Amino acid sequence: MKTYENKKMKDLRSGFGEGLVEAGNQNADVIALSADVTGSVKMDGFAKAFPERFIQCGIAEANMVGIAAGLSLSGKIPFVGGFAEFVTGRVYDQIRQVVAYSNKNVKICGSHAGVTLGEDGATHQTMEDIALMKALPNMTVLVPCDANQTYAATVAAMKHNGPVYLRFGRPKMPTFTDENQEFVIGKAQMLNEGNDVSIIATGHLVWEALEAAKALEAEGISAEVINIHTIKPLDTEAIINSAKKTGAVVTCEEHLFNGGLGDSVAQTLALNCPTPMEYVAVDDKFGESGTPEQMLQNYHLKAVDIVEKVKAVLARKK
Amino acid sequence: MTNILDLQNVATQVRRDIVRMTNAVNSGHPGGSLGCTEFMTALFFDIMEHDPSNFTMDGKNSDMFFMSNGHITPVLYSVMARCGYFPVKELSTFRVFGTRLQGHPSTEHGLPGIRMASGSLGQGLSVAIGAAIAKKMDNESNIVYTLHGDGELEEGQIWEAAMYAGAKKVDNLIATIDCNGQQIDGTTDEVLSLGDLKAKWEAFGWTVVELENGNDMQQMLDAFRLAKSFVGKGKPIVILMKTEMGYGVDFMQGTNKYHGVAPSNDELAKALAQLEETLGDY
Repeated sequence: MKTYENKKMKDLRSGFGEGLVEAGNQNADVIALSADVTGSVKMDGFAKAFPERFIQCGIAEANMVGIAAGLSLSGKIPFVGGFAEFVTGRVYDQIRQVVAYSNKNVKICGSHAGVTLGEDGATHQTMEDIALMKALPNMTVLVPCDANQTYAATVAAMKHNGPVYLRFGRPKMPTFTDENQEFVIGKAQMLNEGNDVSIIATGHLVWEALEAAKALEAEGISAEVINIHTIKPLDTEAIINSAKKTGAVVTCEEHLFNGGLGDSVAQTLALNCPTPMEYVAVDDKFGESGTPEQMLQNYHLKAVDIVEKVKAVLARKK
Repeated sequence: MTNILDLQNVATQVRRDIVRMTNAVNSGHPGGSLGCTEFMTALFFDIMEHDPSNFTMDGKNSDMFFMSNGHITPVLYSVMARCGYFPVKELSTFRVFGTRLQGHPSTEHGLPGIRMASGSLGQGLSVAIGAAIAKKMDNESNIVYTLHGDGELEEGQIWEAAMYAGAKKVDNLIATIDCNGQQIDGTTDEVLSLGDLKAKWEAFGWTVVELENGNDMQQMLDAFRLAKSFVGKGKPIVILMKTEMGYGVDFMQGTNKYHGVAPSNDELAKALAQLEETLGDY
C-alpha cells in the first residue's frame, strides 16, 4: 500500500493559526474575532500581524457571531475563532439566524474539538458539533486531518464565498499530508486504493485509518482509505464508487454516532447502494478528563478498533 | 421630508396598512407595529441617509437600519414600500406563500432593504455593531440604527453587545428601545421587571436620550436629532422611546392583546374608520 510518513507531531490549531495569517496576507478583507482564547486557538499570529483587523470580543460568543455577521455585509471576511463547543453549541441559534439563514460570508472556526481535547473534560469536548453544523442549510463543514491540511483548509475557507464551519483539534498529532497541498472543498481525498473494504475517515482519525490499513495489509486484507475533509457538501460520488468496488464500509470520526460523518455516509449508501457498514465513533456518551491518547483508547477510536470493525463488516459482506 | 404634516400623513397611511395587512392573513404583530409607526416613518422619511430605489447589501456610504424586534414587520414593510424600496401593492402578499414579505425579515427571499434575518430576539444589536465597525474600518461617516423591543432586553446577548459597544466606543451607532411596557405574557413589570433602564445603559457606557412620547412626531424627530448630535463623541447612543402599543386605534391601544393577534373583520372596519386614507390604500 501507499505509505505515509509522520513528518512531525503538530497540533492542527497551529495549522489554522498559520493559515489564518496567510489568508490575511492574501486578502485585506479578512478579519479575525476572538472571545478571550486568542492564544489557545492560535489566532495570536494574526492579531500581531494585523492588529487593525483583529477584534477582541471578550467572553461573549453570541455577540461575537453577531458582530461577524454585521461585518460581512460590507464585504469583510470574518473568521470567528474559539473552542468548538462555544462557537457552535453555545451559539447555535445565532449561527442559524444571522450566518446560515442570512447566508453571510462568515467562517466559524472551532478548535479543541472532540475527545482528544483531553484533560479539560466533557464540558469542553464537543462531539456533537458536526451534527449541529451540517444540519444547517447553506453551511459548508470542513474537518481537515492534520496541521498541513488545516492550513490549506483555512485558506480555502477564505476563498469560498459563504458560511463555513472549520473544525480542528488541540493536541499534537501526526502530520502526513503535503505542506503545499491543494484543498478542494467537497472533494474526497483518496489516500490508499484497496479492494476488500473502504475505510472512510475524517479529522484526527484519518491517521488511525492509515495505521489500520497497514495492519490489515499484513493480514492480507486490502483496505481503501478515503479522507473526507469536507463533511458537507459530501463527495457522494467517491463514496458510492468505493462502496461499489469493495462492498464493505467502515467510517471513522472523533464525534458521536448521531449526526456525524458516519450518518452522512450511511445515508448516501442507503439511498444509492446499500452496503454493509460499521461505525468507529463515540456511542451516545460524553467524554471525560485524561490524556488525548487515553481518550482515543478509552473511546475505541484507535487503529486497533478500526481493524476490529473492518473484520466485523467483512463478516457481514456477502 | 421635513414637513411634520406630511410625516403624520404617512404615519396614518402606514397604520391603515398595518391593520389591513395583519387582518388579511389573520396573523402578524399589529400592536408593536402601531406603536413604532412614528419611529419608522421619521427614520425612513426624514432622518436616515439612504437611497430606497438603489438598495445595496453592503450599504456603502449609506446609513443602515436593523430591526432587531423582527416581529413588527407590518410597520417595517409598510414604511419600506411607502418610501420606495419595493412596490406598495406587494404589501398584499404579506405572509402569503411565495412572498418576499416573510413573517419575520429574511434575506433569502431577496426583498430590497433587508440585510439580515431577525426575529430571534436579542441579536440585532450585535449585528449593528459589526456593521458600524466595518464603516469605521472603511472610513465611512454613516450611522447605523437599530430598533429593539423593551421585552427584548431580557435577552442576555443584548447586554453582551451593550458592554462591547460601550467599552470599544462604537459611537456611530444609535439604538432605540421601544419602551411600551408590554410583552406577550403581560406587562414587563409582571414578566421580568427591566428596572432603571437609563441607569443600566449609562453604566454600560452609552449616551442615553429619553423620549417621553414616541408617538408624537415632533418629539420623535427632536429625539433623533439630539441623538445624532452625539455621534462621533466616543459613546454609542440609545434612545429610550416611550410608546403605546397599538397607538392610533383606540381599542388596540395600551394593551398587549394585539401583540401577535390580528384585528377581526369587524375590528378592521372600526380601526379604518379612525385612520384617514391619506396616500391611498395598496
